[in-house]
Amino acid sequence: MAHVATVPEVGNGTNRKKQNKYRRYWALLVMMVPGLLYLLFNNYLPMLGIVIAFKKINFAKGILGSDWVGFDNFTYLFKTSDAYIITRNTILYNLLFIIVGTVLALATAIMLNEIKHRRLLKGMQSIIALPHLISMVIVGYLVFAFLSPDTGFMNKTVLPWLGIDDWISWYSEPKYWPYILTFVNFWKNTGYSSIVFFAALLGIDDEYYEAARLDGASRLQQIFKITLPILMPTIILMTLLSVGRIFYSDFGLFYQVPMASGALFDTTSTIDTYVFRGLMGSGDIGMSTAAGVYQSVVGFVLVILANYTVRRLSKENALF
Amino acid sequence: MKNDSRGLTWFSYICMSVFALLCILPFILLISASFTDQDTILAQGYSFIPHKFSTDAYQYLFDRGSDIGRAYAISIFVTVVGTLGSIVLTTLLAYPLSRSVTPHRNLIMFLIFFTMLFNGGLVPTYLVFTQIFHLKNTLLALIVPGLLMNGFYVMMMRTFFQTTVPPALIESAQIDGAGEFRTLWKVVIPLSTPVMATIGLFSCIMYWNDWQLGMIYITNPKLFSIQNLLNRIMQDIQFINTNMTSQSSEATQNMPTDSVKMAIAVIGVLPIMIAYPFFQKYFIRGIMVGAVKG
Repeated sequence: MAHVATVPEVGNGTNRKKQNKYRRYWALLVMMVPGLLYLLFNNYLPMLGIVIAFKKINFAKGILGSDWVGFDNFTYLFKTSDAYIITRNTILYNLLFIIVGTVLALATAIMLNEIKHRRLLKGMQSIIALPHLISMVIVGYLVFAFLSPDTGFMNKTVLPWLGIDDWISWYSEPKYWPYILTFVNFWKNTGYSSIVFFAALLGIDDEYYEAARLDGASRLQQIFKITLPILMPTIILMTLLSVGRIFYSDFGLFYQVPMASGALFDTTSTIDTYVFRGLMGSGDIGMSTAAGVYQSVVGFVLVILANYTVRRLSKENALF
Repeated sequence: MKNDSRGLTWFSYICMSVFALLCILPFILLISASFTDQDTILAQGYSFIPHKFSTDAYQYLFDRGSDIGRAYAISIFVTVVGTLGSIVLTTLLAYPLSRSVTPHRNLIMFLIFFTMLFNGGLVPTYLVFTQIFHLKNTLLALIVPGLLMNGFYVMMMRTFFQTTVPPALIESAQIDGAGEFRTLWKVVIPLSTPVMATIGLFSCIMYWNDWQLGMIYITNPKLFSIQNLLNRIMQDIQFINTNMTSQSSEATQNMPTDSVKMAIAVIGVLPIMIAYPFFQKYFIRGIMVGAVKG
C-alpha cells in the first residue's frame, strides 16, 4: 500500500518513477502474461472476427481476402422468418424462465428455511442441487426415457393410465415443447437458484422475526412483511442480471433436449441454436455470423441498460 | 398462532419432499431401464421397476468396451489437465490484480471485465481456433477454447485474495527477501485453499460435462469424450426415428438396444453420482459464495 503514494512530479521525474515501477514489479507483470495472452486469443481476436458478418465468406480466398458485402448478411437474415422466430423464442422463453423461475426459487428457499432438522436440510439442498450438476446430454437421455415414442414412460405407462390410447410422437410435435422445455429448465435450475436465495435468507437477523412474533404476526405475515422485503435487493439484482442476458439462451437445453429435431424448429430454436446450425453446415455461415453479431450487440446494450437501472436503484448492487 | 406455524412447516416438508423426489426419479428411471430385459422394454416401455431384471446391457458394453474406455480416458485427461491449467492461469492473473502496486491494474481489470459483457460469438471463435491455431481434431480443442479461464473466476479469486490475505503478511515476506512468485506460492496460496477448491471443483464439473467443444471441434470418433460419445449415440437414435420408414434391418442391428442406450448414460453420470456425496458440501458452499456477488 505504501508504494502507491506518488508525489506529483514534473517531466522526467514521473517517467523515471514509472520505469522504476516496471523494474520493481516486473514479476507481477510477467505472471499476468499467460492469462492476458489467453484473453487476447480467446476473447479479443474473435471480437475482431465480427467483420466476417460484413463479408461473403469464401474459404478459397481466405477470411481477409473475402469480398465485403456491407449489411447484406443482415438484410438477408431479417428478410427470413427465421430472424423473427429465433428472437421471439429466445425472449419469450427467457421471460418465462425469469418470472416464474424467480417465484419458484423464492418459494423453495422459504420452504427450505422451514426445515429445522440440520441433517435433513443439508440432504435436501444436495438433492435439489443435483440436477444442476448433470450435463445436458444426460438430461437429453433422461427426457428421452420419458418421451421416446415407442418405449418412453409417457407413451407406454402414463397415457394408458389416463385412458388415452393414441401414442404421441413427442419429438415431432412442436406444440408440446414450450411446456417440456420450461419444465426441464425448472427441474434443472430451481434447486440451484433457490440455494442462492437461501444464502441471502440466512443473513436475516432473527430479531426481526422475534419482534414480529411478539406483535402476534403469523408466519405468512412474517414472510410477506419481513423476508421478502429484505430479500428484495437480491431479487431485483438477480432479475436484472438475467434481463441483461435475455438475448442469450441455454444452448444445451434448446439443442440437446429436443434432440436437434428439425420438426420442432418453430418452438425450440433460439439465436444460439441458429448460429450453431449455420456454423455446422445446415445453414448459411454469413447469416449465422450476422445472427451472432446481432446477439452480441443487442445483448451488450441490454446489459448496459440493466446495469444502469440497478445503479439508479441501489448503487452498491451495480456490477459496474 | 401455533397451528398456523405448524401448518406452514408441514406444507414445506411435503412440498420439499415432492421436489426432492422429482429431482431423483428420472435417474431411477434411467438406472432401472438399463437393468431391464430388452423384450420387456419393447413390450412395456421404460419403467421405474425392472420387471425382468437383466444385466445384458452392461455385458454388451463390457464386451465392446474399447470405445467407452477410450472416451472415459479422454474425459478424465481433459478434466484433469483443464482444471489444473485453469487454476494456474486464474491464480497467476488474479494475484497481481489483487496487489495495488501492479502497473496498469485498472486497465487490465477493465479488459477482463469487458469480456464478461461482450463477445465475438461462436463463428469468429471457431475460425480463430481452427484457422489460426489448427485445433480441429486435437485434444487441445477440448481444453482450450472458452473454458480455460473466465473473467468471473478471476474476479472472484482476486476479491478473495484482497479480503483474506493481509497486505502486511505479503510485505513482511518481501522484506524477508521473498520474490513475487515465492510470496504467491508460500504465503498467498496456502491461505487461499477455499477459493482454489471452489474454482477447481466448478471447473472440474464444467470439463467433465462439456460436450459443445467436442461437437464443434472434433469429428474424429477416436477423440470423443464420454459426453460426445453419448451425444453421437443420441444423434443416431434421432436419425433412426426420423427415418422410421426407411428403417433397414442393417441399421437397426448395429444400433444399441434400448437398455444399452440407458446403460451408456448411466456410465456417463456414474462418476459424478459416486463423487457427489463427497463434494456436495463444497458444491453447495460454492453456489452460496457465487451468490454474494453476481
